[in-house]
Amino acid sequence: MKLSSGTIRLIIPAASLALLLAAVFYMQPRAMSYTGLNLLFNLAVPIALATIAQMLIMSVNDLDLSMGTFVSFCACVAATVLQTSPLLGVLIFIGAIAAYAGMGVLIHVRELPSIVVTLGMSFVWGGLAVLILPSPGGTAPSWARAIMTAKPPLVPMAIVASILIAAVTHYIVMRSSFGVLMRGTGGNDRSVERAGWSVIGIRAATYALAGLFAILAGIALVGLATSADANIALRYTLLSIAGVILGGGEFVGGKVSPIGAVIGALTLTLAGSFLSFMRISPDWQIGAQGAILIVVLALRLALNRLEKREKHQ
Amino acid sequence: MTIQKFITEKPWIWSFSATITVWIITVLFTGGASSFGLSQAALTFAAFSVIVGIGQMFVITLGPGNVDLSVPATMTLSGTLALKLMDVQDGMIIVGLLASIGVGLVIGLGNYILIKLLRIPPIIATLSMSFIVQSVAIWSNRGLRIKPPETLASFTTSGLFGIPNIALVALVLSAIAWVLLEKSIYGRWISAIGQSRFAARMAGIPVDGTRLVTYMLCAVLASVCGYLLASFSGGAALNMGSEYLLMSIAVVVIGGTAVAGGNSNIPGIWGASLFMFLVVSMLNTYGFGAGIRLMLTGFIIIAVILLAGGKRSSR
Amino acid sequence: MTDPLKREEVVAARAIKVTFGAVKALDGADLVIHSGECVGLVGHNGAGKSTIVNVINGGLEPHDGTLTYGGQAVHGISAARTNGVRCVFQELSLCPNLTVNENVRIMHAELKGWNWRARAGELVVAQLQKIFPGHAIDCDSTVDDLSIAERQMVEIAISFAGLNQRPKLVILDEPTSSLDAGLAAQLMAYIRTFIGDGGSVLLISHILGEILSTSDRIVVMKDGRVVADRAAKEFNTHSLVEAMGNVVREQEFSRKTTEQTGSPVLSMPPPRGHGIAFKAYRGEMIGLAGLGGHGQTDALLDLYLEHNSNWWPTRKRDIAFVAGDRSLNGTFPLWSILKNLSIASLSQLSSRKIVDRAREDALGAGWKQRIEIRTPDIANRILSLSGGNQQKVLFARALATTASTVLMDDPMRGVDIGTKQEVYEILRSEAAKGRTFIWYSTEMDEIRLCDRVYVFREGVIVAELVGDEISEKNVLAASFSEGEAA
Repeated sequence: MKLSSGTIRLIIPAASLALLLAAVFYMQPRAMSYTGLNLLFNLAVPIALATIAQMLIMSVNDLDLSMGTFVSFCACVAATVLQTSPLLGVLIFIGAIAAYAGMGVLIHVRELPSIVVTLGMSFVWGGLAVLILPSPGGTAPSWARAIMTAKPPLVPMAIVASILIAAVTHYIVMRSSFGVLMRGTGGNDRSVERAGWSVIGIRAATYALAGLFAILAGIALVGLATSADANIALRYTLLSIAGVILGGGEFVGGKVSPIGAVIGALTLTLAGSFLSFMRISPDWQIGAQGAILIVVLALRLALNRLEKREKHQ
Repeated sequence: MTIQKFITEKPWIWSFSATITVWIITVLFTGGASSFGLSQAALTFAAFSVIVGIGQMFVITLGPGNVDLSVPATMTLSGTLALKLMDVQDGMIIVGLLASIGVGLVIGLGNYILIKLLRIPPIIATLSMSFIVQSVAIWSNRGLRIKPPETLASFTTSGLFGIPNIALVALVLSAIAWVLLEKSIYGRWISAIGQSRFAARMAGIPVDGTRLVTYMLCAVLASVCGYLLASFSGGAALNMGSEYLLMSIAVVVIGGTAVAGGNSNIPGIWGASLFMFLVVSMLNTYGFGAGIRLMLTGFIIIAVILLAGGKRSSR
Repeated sequence: MTDPLKREEVVAARAIKVTFGAVKALDGADLVIHSGECVGLVGHNGAGKSTIVNVINGGLEPHDGTLTYGGQAVHGISAARTNGVRCVFQELSLCPNLTVNENVRIMHAELKGWNWRARAGELVVAQLQKIFPGHAIDCDSTVDDLSIAERQMVEIAISFAGLNQRPKLVILDEPTSSLDAGLAAQLMAYIRTFIGDGGSVLLISHILGEILSTSDRIVVMKDGRVVADRAAKEFNTHSLVEAMGNVVREQEFSRKTTEQTGSPVLSMPPPRGHGIAFKAYRGEMIGLAGLGGHGQTDALLDLYLEHNSNWWPTRKRDIAFVAGDRSLNGTFPLWSILKNLSIASLSQLSSRKIVDRAREDALGAGWKQRIEIRTPDIANRILSLSGGNQQKVLFARALATTASTVLMDDPMRGVDIGTKQEVYEILRSEAAKGRTFIWYSTEMDEIRLCDRVYVFREGVIVAELVGDEISEKNVLAASFSEGEAA
């Protein structure tokens, strides 16, 4: 049977995750348990959600450099306003989604580079976060806490949530009509436009959806961390981009994979745990993450070459 | 007609007029008492942004997708290693400088090797690189705060005829960069590559060689800036570069360099760097909190993009 | 069934004018298409065919003139689509990252609701079967994974397919450019069936045989105007070529009896051992002919890149390149005419890597005069020039270098005839001075100017024609020899 290029694109991320997991189990057999897995993957849920948000933006050939500050902002809102007056909190989130949609429209209409607009927005979200929560604190809404710390039978919450996120976003992005239009816009926006669709509308909706997932990431993060601060998720900008790339997504051309993105996020989370199990000194942890990123990308390049050579023959 | 042409050809006008406006407002608000101190501080802090901004500008000129995210890590590593090497001895100042330039050369080379070898977008390549560089910096720093040599510290904190030495260094570097950009073959080449990499290749430009040199130049400027900043602030800190990631991109863009590549200008970086510092201090004098300050900075960046981007969309 | 006199107008474009900057792309063109007819549209590159197609499909707002669909004056892409106008573009316009089914979903907005994927699949499979019986395309595969011919087939099938309402007018812009003879014949046969059922087709093709055999009526365009509009049976190949303004010019250049002495200045072994090896000698003008996209451009790029370092500045350049697709690999849009001209010869114009402005200005002034670039000031933006003049700047860029060999990638696309003649003169005199030109052209007139011609088919050189052997007949024979049999 011939493998489609989409399937091939998923093999490397899945294999790297499996390999990493095997290595962790080998070094720390106790991790092979309900609590062990929960500990390993706990932080993966917000990262996975943020990665999905970034992937949506990337599917229309843009990049969101404000992801980290936006998730931080959402976490601050979730830990304060959403907890004390839920209605106002929901309104703020709706406003934030509208702001994302507006950003999409602005980028499209004025043909601005998304990197710069989102860079500017990252200051705005950072400022808003500081305004809402000047010093670390706040409390997570009890429901968010309850969801994130739930203990479903057999499989830990983090795994259940990851599978759920992957399934839902796979449906939206890969199966639904909207997903097709979105990826079509990334692949060839002129042809989508010629077919009579509004590319502005598609872009706005994509950005709004990305905003929604980033908000969910913020809430999930607060649910885990119980409190928030304005810098809680700054590294999510880079983590989310790396997660998409690790998961087989590409910067241009609408080539994205939600399942891959979730796997990428899990891999990045696991890489952190793996490095601490390896007893790599904390000094080198970040560097080792960079090295893992490079190795996976090199593997992918090799695989792409192989695929291309087969096609030629 | 001619005025409009002048403005469109000199996009740095915007950042300078904004800078002067903000300076006047701030000075008026404080009753003129602070004008000298304010100008001094503005020149000093703007100088650091200018030095990293020039490097980033060269990279951004190479065209869409080209950006160096390893700037902050490079600054930190170079500052840390140079201070460690100099070990408070005045005689080692030059050696320290050479070492930090060497650090920049190696990082720039590494960046381009990743871009070329792995065929990954520069943004991811320089990001992965910055992770590794950051780790090296953490490992070599070990939480120790080594002081800079006495002479170097006093050089970086004093001035000549009321102009801070750091600003003079930045001015010299800007002049060199200006000649490179406006007068030399290399400047033509990077501009051509930024407009169309394929057309540049077909016009006989050694595209890979030029891009490699540009990434190395950017890393060297970042490491020189790290060396100066560490000396200025009395020691290297692990987070000393972090604010320069966004800053280096912001000053380039506000300064009127086309984000789509191919078009760049040095004066604009000065205007933008001064402007960014003055806005923050203006908002400070008005007593705004950090939150408002950040928000306004963001809105200003977007507003400038909207103004400048719309002007030159000549497609 | 339908009476020819009462046939309904599907689209009527009258006195359409469109200008791009200084270029008049359409200068009062008329095109009316009725239901139940196939209109063939021919003309040279740059005659305005693509522009009028873009006007009809709603992608381009005409600056003057009227446009009606079935009698109603409406505008825009969606208006054109709701009036049943579909278009298959010259450059493939599927989304490469999506599957065939998903592309069908994008092109057919009415495929809403549950299980659209299966219905889209049925739709396109049925249509593919109708047009290209016996095809083997898997509709669940990504477009990226299909061959170019398969992509073109899918695109054609998608455009002819209709869920609730069949398309009224399908515009086919060079639909057979990537299809082999068998598939092309299937398509032409289907077009006749479609016309028989009351649909209409606007067929654009360089292959005059297709146009003559398939169309009911033929419209000839030249310089943005319609110069002939008659029933197809009134034309034959010769009169069609004549109507396109392709009168065989009598001004015969004296071809050089090429003495191939010494070693070739450039040579290339045949790729993978197939076909004829490529050789070029000093002072020769060599043509690369054959159907478009059969490897001529790749051969030029290979020759060029092999002789040009990507890492080190070359001290002495001995090969230069003139681009055909100006916007893709030719001009630097932000720059002035002068900077565009001098970019390839900067090393001669500078001392110690610093560009000498005076020498640069002198070079610019010299070439402005020599090739007559029509501009008040050479410091103006390159985009202020018309296409033909931009192309002249690209020629000057290559000729100003010290390069002894100049590669040309179909550089006369969309250039007016006057400019062409001027450039031909310059090329001749440069060749006489000992420069070698390697010239890929899709136009027979230009191939005829060459001393020696290599004909390409499927990426390899299949024939070498020298001197008087160079004729349209021989070139076409070599381009098709095996294609006909397949």
